[in-house]
Amino acid sequence: METTDKRKERLDRGIKVRTEGIYAISSWEEMSYLLLPRLVLIVGLLLLPLLMPSLYWNRVISIVGIYALLALGFDFLAHFVGLVSLGGAFFVGVGGYTAAILNKSLGLPPLLSIPIATIVGATVCTLLLLPALPLRGVYFAIVTLMYPLVFLRIIEALNILGGTDGILGVASFPSTWMEQYLILFIVIIALFGLRRLVNEDIGLVFRGVKDNDQAVRASGLSITLYKAIAVFITSALGCLGGAYFVHIYMVAGISLFALDYSVIPIAATVIGGGGTLVGPLLGCFILVPISELLRAFGTLRIVFYSVILLAFIMFRSEGIMVYAQRKYHQFERWVKV
Amino acid sequence: MDILIYGIINSFSLALMAIGFTLVYGISRLPNFAHGALYVITGFLVWSLIHLLKLNYVISILLALVIMGLIGAAIYRFILIRVRGMATSEIIATYALGLAILEFLRWGGFKGMTYTLPVFIEGSVNIVGIPVDFQRIIVIAVGIVVVSFMWIFTHFNKTGLALRGMAQDEHAAMMLGIDSDWMAVIAMAMGSILAGIAAITLLPLGNIVVEAGYNVLILSIAVCIVGGLGSWVGAILAAFMIGFLQIITVAYIQSHFHMVVALLAIIVTLILRPSGLFGRQKELEERV
Repeated sequence: METTDKRKERLDRGIKVRTEGIYAISSWEEMSYLLLPRLVLIVGLLLLPLLMPSLYWNRVISIVGIYALLALGFDFLAHFVGLVSLGGAFFVGVGGYTAAILNKSLGLPPLLSIPIATIVGATVCTLLLLPALPLRGVYFAIVTLMYPLVFLRIIEALNILGGTDGILGVASFPSTWMEQYLILFIVIIALFGLRRLVNEDIGLVFRGVKDNDQAVRASGLSITLYKAIAVFITSALGCLGGAYFVHIYMVAGISLFALDYSVIPIAATVIGGGGTLVGPLLGCFILVPISELLRAFGTLRIVFYSVILLAFIMFRSEGIMVYAQRKYHQFERWVKV
Repeated sequence: MDILIYGIINSFSLALMAIGFTLVYGISRLPNFAHGALYVITGFLVWSLIHLLKLNYVISILLALVIMGLIGAAIYRFILIRVRGMATSEIIATYALGLAILEFLRWGGFKGMTYTLPVFIEGSVNIVGIPVDFQRIIVIAVGIVVVSFMWIFTHFNKTGLALRGMAQDEHAAMMLGIDSDWMAVIAMAMGSILAGIAAITLLPLGNIVVEAGYNVLILSIAVCIVGGLGSWVGAILAAFMIGFLQIITVAYIQSHFHMVVALLAIIVTLILRPSGLFGRQKELEERV
């Protein structure tokens, strides 16, 4: 009986003003309280390649970076615009093949082919997904689910783009250090850029599209246009990842359309905490190394992620990061009712 | 002439695959991305019952269908009920479930060796000079039986009428004392049984492979979108359209474009008539 008339009270820290992301700071202590998590993240990311024991694990860092881009894109699209993309592999595939073609037939170096593939690939993806954008509901999820599967079949069946062998002999990066630091910088820029973006005016419109699309339309804004912009951003991140991947492994094959690229970002987002943008990053740093350790198990890995994903979405759908932020930003205490 | 006959057979196969998906979506608005996985599970289940437990073919089919119904009910009761109403979580949960099942089967040794189910009746018959084996005729028969059973069930049975009530207006149905979750359990169980029936009738025509799970999912989604998500009449008509289009493509262009037809059908439908052939009353709701 003692416990029933108590409840947990949550209090925000004094520096928080009205809403998320606005703070009133008046001392170095409070400033460092805000800066610390961000600095830990950035410095941690930049130190990571130096701490890795072997070249193999250095390569894993780059792969984590690529998945982090995909997961950021997924989180942005799902939790800020309300579109669930089940086909991260599609973005990776389009970006990867574009980069490989640019590199092999036009002879462009990686530093040119990656940005071009990002823009061209994102345009292609957005155009292909455009028919599903004016619609509400599950259509976007269905269409993104289908594209990677169908593209895989088309490439296999028609034997285009190198068929099942893929395009071999794509140029690699000059050094592994550059390979890792470039992707880490891109991840940091994408993370903080997206965080800034969703708090700008356009981010407000995105959330409006998610929560109340009629209100957005009543304000004279085209929902399809804003969805297209959001899809462009996400597919640009995915294509960038794909292009990077192709240049790391020096081959563009049908494995670019593999299910891993669709599932891991989703699992990372759900585990890390959807809607925080940092969460997916954290999720990737947990999941991808585990996936490397489990490499010997083949497709059982996908089962593993799917089960984790299912468990998290059923029992802990808020994710690690939302939990951690709550603990960090709020006091908790038991009070008598 | 063979286009006509094989077109009809193909259309009925598509209708069989899609009817389970459209049932679940129509009643509980749950896009069941595990549909293909349920299809493949049934195949392996029947195979294991026959070869590992040495059961009679007919008994193993019936047993497999019962198990499928239970699996479907369990999926809703233990997994989907927790994420009900959260659209993003619903999509992710069924997708993860489908992937987990399919990739587990792929890993779990159901590969390499060919797994086949025996046909119901051996032999073939000549229809106007074209040999058609009995199994394909059975596909048509089962298709007609399933479709007419579904029609009778949803028009003259109390549970069926309750299901239709749920599909039309959930809140009004709940006010009349229809239990929303219980109906969704029934819908999910029936959807799984229908996926099972499709698998049992179609799989004897070829090998049981995990890839079929993805193909079935894509095809049934295509049929449902073209017909209008959740509309049964639309799904059957769309099955005929896509079925004949596929056979014509295979006959005149190239057999590789088989899958592309499904994708193009979806995209053209989304551009021209997003609600599908028979989704008119929902048009305002869906197009933003």
